[in-house]
Amino acid sequence: MAYVAIADRDHEAHLHDPDTFITKYIWSQDHKVIAIQYGLTAIGIGLVALVLSGLMRLQLGFPDTFSFIDPNDYYQFITMHGMIMVIYLLTALFLGGFGNYLIPLMIGSRDMVFPFMNMLSFWVYLLAVLILVASFFVPGGPTGAGWTLYPPQAISPGTPGTTWGIILMLVSLAVFIIAFTMGGLNYVTTVLQARCKGMTLMRMPLSIWGIFMATILGLLAFPALLVSAIMMILDSLLGTSFFMPAMLAAGEIASYEGGSPILFQHLFWFFGHPEVYIVALPAFGIVSDLLSVHARKNIFGYRMMVWAILAIGGLSFIVWAHHMYVSGMNPYFGFFFATTTLIIAVPTAIKVYNWVLTLWRGNIHLTVPMLFAIGFIFTFVHGGLTGLFLGNVVVDLPLSDTYFVVGHFHMVMGVSPILVVFGAIYHWFPKITGRMFNETLGKWHFWLTLLGTYSIYLPMHYLGILGVPRRYYAYGTTDFIPESAMTMNTGITISALIVAVVQLIFLYNMIWSVFRGPKADPNPWKATSLEWLTPDTPPKHGNWGPDLPVVYRWAYDYSVPGAAEDYIPQNQPPDATHKTVDDHAEAVEQAPQDDGAPQA
Amino acid sequence: MSFWRNVTEKSWERPGEADELHSGVILEQPTRRMALRVFLCVVASVFFLLFVAYRIRMEYPDWRPLPLPSVLWLNTVLLVLASAVMQWTRSQVEKANPGPLRAGMVVSGLLTVGFVVGQWVAWSQLGAEGYALRSNPANAFFYLLTAVHGAHVLGGLWVWLRATLRAFRKDGAATVQGSVQLCATYWHFLLLVWLVMLYFLLTT
Repeated sequence: MAYVAIADRDHEAHLHDPDTFITKYIWSQDHKVIAIQYGLTAIGIGLVALVLSGLMRLQLGFPDTFSFIDPNDYYQFITMHGMIMVIYLLTALFLGGFGNYLIPLMIGSRDMVFPFMNMLSFWVYLLAVLILVASFFVPGGPTGAGWTLYPPQAISPGTPGTTWGIILMLVSLAVFIIAFTMGGLNYVTTVLQARCKGMTLMRMPLSIWGIFMATILGLLAFPALLVSAIMMILDSLLGTSFFMPAMLAAGEIASYEGGSPILFQHLFWFFGHPEVYIVALPAFGIVSDLLSVHARKNIFGYRMMVWAILAIGGLSFIVWAHHMYVSGMNPYFGFFFATTTLIIAVPTAIKVYNWVLTLWRGNIHLTVPMLFAIGFIFTFVHGGLTGLFLGNVVVDLPLSDTYFVVGHFHMVMGVSPILVVFGAIYHWFPKITGRMFNETLGKWHFWLTLLGTYSIYLPMHYLGILGVPRRYYAYGTTDFIPESAMTMNTGITISALIVAVVQLIFLYNMIWSVFRGPKADPNPWKATSLEWLTPDTPPKHGNWGPDLPVVYRWAYDYSVPGAAEDYIPQNQPPDATHKTVDDHAEAVEQAPQDDGAPQA
Repeated sequence: MSFWRNVTEKSWERPGEADELHSGVILEQPTRRMALRVFLCVVASVFFLLFVAYRIRMEYPDWRPLPLPSVLWLNTVLLVLASAVMQWTRSQVEKANPGPLRAGMVVSGLLTVGFVVGQWVAWSQLGAEGYALRSNPANAFFYLLTAVHGAHVLGGLWVWLRATLRAFRKDGAATVQGSVQLCATYWHFLLLVWLVMLYFLLTT
């Protein structure tokens, strides 16, 4: 059977046509609906995690004030906040949400190649979320082991949630990984097999490159979490000793012997470090597109940007042990991982330079998405630079258990990707809903969020250098933590609460605009990539009407000299450009004669 | 176009003409086969990490290797045969000779079921001899590795069952060619995993 490219198949227009409300919006196989389902679920559970962080900050900023937060609650809040934000919000939103929405539209496909599996992916993800939420309501509450779930304390008496919470957490993670694998197979296969005619790999927008590489990382890294989750469940339920050492637990000799907690750490971080880039690479890609569109300039160094994504993806698998310097490793081992960690800064720095050079002498429009994209450059550079500190063993050892690390990873992996999420939502909102959001509210949202998050995380670096330990429920009185540090903690809490409340502006703006916003232009930002060129806005099922688009150029033809407009869509054939260029030249030549002689 | 040429293209230099456009496909193979290969990478990652964990845990002093039941050798033979029959069926189907399709599918499937049963026998023999899951990490790893492998074999058998039922329908033969190819690839992969696993289980 000779292979026919998907774009060349003539029966391609034939798709299942959803006609009832249920098949259209609930059991939908349309990638756009699934993307919205993923996105709303992720944001919903993310709001839970936001509330949890607010509760933690209340305790830290005003110790001995809130009787309803005891130490166990605090550890449960930390654990659930971290796990939800990293996995159930960011991973699901970037790949399940934006990946689902953007991949078929940006590469000119009608849908994912396996729409049914795609639908299943969402529902299994929802199941994982429900299992996670259920752990709030079981006896003992959710696990309080910290988001890294390190054994032995994760399943030993004394830690909150060792009866049910940890089991539900591990099962929920395993279910999430199944959901992710089903989605991930779709994303990779769709990018490789279902691009429209003319869409070479290097004509793909960088958003797709970022999502594509992040998916590959996820497919290869999540198995490490799956394996460690299975082994920990066995340790906990059946009493095996994969990770559990011989020890005294709550004064009694535990039945375990000989297991290796370090083995868990290796497995966990073999997943955990690529996870950082699973979140960061889509953000890198999307921010590249936002900067290019809103600066009306082609992305600087497109090939370097693609190669940097590939290089970061590859390197991210050989840096994991830099999370484990404090576990007491062989110095040569630490040296190796410090070196690889610093090497990964090279492709990352290339990306940062290229973003800045894309802005340089661009025709910068300070739209809401653009503000968030530029804000991302600041927060990411900030978080990245403190990463260089922590990548060195000798600097990491004293700082590892302090607020310096909290400040670092929230800058680089919390604030930065979230700014991109906001920018991306604002950017594609007109396409997704067919309506415009309120620009003024968007700008308020941006400035309050950016300045607010800076006033949360910047002071944390100072706390860390003072030696204020992280993970503590309360500090009491100590010699080395001055009174001013406690005042700073109170200030951080106030900023955190303000930032949390400010997100209501965003929610209000989005919800109001979906129903009441002014009708959006199909291509409000005058962008070149295919998702803006659909016949309908929002795109209908099947995306493209009777014929698939044909792509003649890369995605960054902005401000091309001589062209009539400052952008040339990807599906515009070269002759048409020449024609518009010629028309334009003619018009310019004729212009002086038209002076002062207005025609009817 | 090679992968290297694909990712070094200077896509900004010149917009393409309509007659020289890239088809949008860089790896010419059916979508389902592509997806299976990606999936096998994921499964390979799972087993790779399990093997690494096994090797690391093995170095600890409490490790007492358990004697492998001899039925495992029979199981190995069954799985090799299943894989071989599947391959033969595939080659016949690809030569447009659907005659042996049904027989080939049934035989290789039954051999695989035999493998699963044999694994179960191995488990119960070990259990009867007192090699409990929790009494030693070597036991725990043995049960874990064979269980994860067995789960993947059962998943394969589910796909096999659906394809075989389809093959027995009237003029169903034409519709299962793709499934036979996918099954064959998956069977070879699981055989390979099993052989590597057996090597690790033997070298404790």
